Amino acid sequence: MMRFSTLIKHPADWMTGGAGEHDAVLTSRIRLARNLRKHSFPGWAKREQRAAALDLMRPAVESLAPMKDAFSQELGDLSSVQKQVLVERHLISRELAARGDGSATVIERRQSFSMMLNEEDHLRMQAIRPGLQLSDAYTALSELDSELEESLEFAFDSNLGYLTTCPTNLGTGLRASAMLHLPGLVLSDQIGQVLQAVSKIGLAVRGLYGEGTESLGNLYQISNQSTLGETEETIIRRLERVIAQVATHERNAREKLLEDDPDMVADKVGRAYGILRHAHIIESKEALNLLSLLRLGGSLGFFPPESVIACDTLLLDIQPAHLQLHSGRKLGPEERDAIRAEIVRSRLQSLDSPDNRLKADGRKSSAEPNNPGDS
Amino acid sequence: MKCDFCDSKATVFLTQLIEGKMKKVCLCEDCAKERGVTDPTGFSLADVLLGGTAPTAAAPLPVVPKGGSGGGRACPNCGFTLEDLRRVRRFGCSECYTTFREEVGQMVRGMHKGTVHSGKVPAGLMAKQVLDQRLEELRARLDQAILSESYEEAAGIRDEIRNLQASQQT
Repeated sequence: MMRFSTLIKHPADWMTGGAGEHDAVLTSRIRLARNLRKHSFPGWAKREQRAAALDLMRPAVESLAPMKDAFSQELGDLSSVQKQVLVERHLISRELAARGDGSATVIERRQSFSMMLNEEDHLRMQAIRPGLQLSDAYTALSELDSELEESLEFAFDSNLGYLTTCPTNLGTGLRASAMLHLPGLVLSDQIGQVLQAVSKIGLAVRGLYGEGTESLGNLYQISNQSTLGETEETIIRRLERVIAQVATHERNAREKLLEDDPDMVADKVGRAYGILRHAHIIESKEALNLLSLLRLGGSLGFFPPESVIACDTLLLDIQPAHLQLHSGRKLGPEERDAIRAEIVRSRLQSLDSPDNRLKADGRKSSAEPNNPGDS
Repeated sequence: MKCDFCDSKATVFLTQLIEGKMKKVCLCEDCAKERGVTDPTGFSLADVLLGGTAPTAAAPLPVVPKGGSGGGRACPNCGFTLEDLRRVRRFGCSECYTTFREEVGQMVRGMHKGTVHSGKVPAGLMAKQVLDQRLEELRARLDQAILSESYEEAAGIRDEIRNLQASQQT
């Protein structure tokens, strides 16, 4: 069986999926909720009932073809830092991390699939893909679901669909979401309008980091709210359509910013580059916001395209538990800020200044870099 | 006619079928806009009527229900009571959805785009559940037939049960 250190050592497939059209949509995620018929749901089950449900599910999940040599662990056997790292990587939920014995997670080697056993529901399965690939992610996950169906009896009602602990997940048990990077819409003050339009058609939008409508790093998550009354395909198609539209708005906003105010864009990207390359103490909030600008610069041609992937990997690696795991000990806030700055500096060491790149391209520093989207 | 939400003059009138019942709402221009009524893809009357209680993606940690005595009706499968349900707004097991069918109806209305599932159905499972249900019905009829001393009918039913069980084992 795979060890925790082996699992985490490599970046997930969906982190390094490539840039290009990913500049606005980082990842797509599908989650399905399933429960065992007649077994008490995990939150209500007695200890031994929970253990019995786990004993039924775990071998079935572990024997799925993609889960060969997977990471499989009871939550009680993981340290709090390890749990937190899995949360920061979006592989398990905060809710599962809060649990101990009687709950488990099974994570595919490349981190494309992860299963949570005895979370709020008996089984929560998840597929993550880079870019906008909700349909593909669903098809892959649905196959695993159908395979599990052969050995597990899922709770299902012909009127209410898949039965879940909380009625907000009834029906398909499907939560589809995408993570978007929207600095262009934020800088041009259009974000509020766009997000309002999205929430009006019944989709949920929230900042990935930060509270309420505030978002750090200009990262947003869009997901469906309704799970009952529409097929999986309908829900996913609507989401994909809306997300593609938002991504187009974002690309247009970036182009317009470059056209209207190239100095402002070059200044923001250049300052972000300067601070990230040379800071020795950096808080998480500042780092997220500057990495967002660096990422914007990467997709606008200020940096080579690989820099976008470097930013995405850094976004995950500079989170508190990742830092702690990296240094192998408990860290105070000041130490964390120093180690964060050190990691950022070392990763960006070979990243050339945007001015040099533009000069090498034979353009003036205030000239318009590559158009977004043609990478 | 006045708007259902403020005192302005209503100019938008909507009728929708929700669970077989006609519901009518009158809105003024502003309220209609604010509630997204003018967007045909996203509007659900139920959302307007119930204030659109949007379920959050991240559910809070489960509150451990008390259960046990004096909680009103209880689920025969897991012991979860009506009082538990009212407090935590979650269920104890799959059978709770049958035990608290009426409450489920009330909770689900306005929560989703619809009230009846459409989408994936577990393949093998569905057939099994239909079969189980059929067997239960037959057993009840068998008891009835024996009680009323209609032995000929009882024998027929017994054969039918045997056949069903045989098909289940293959």
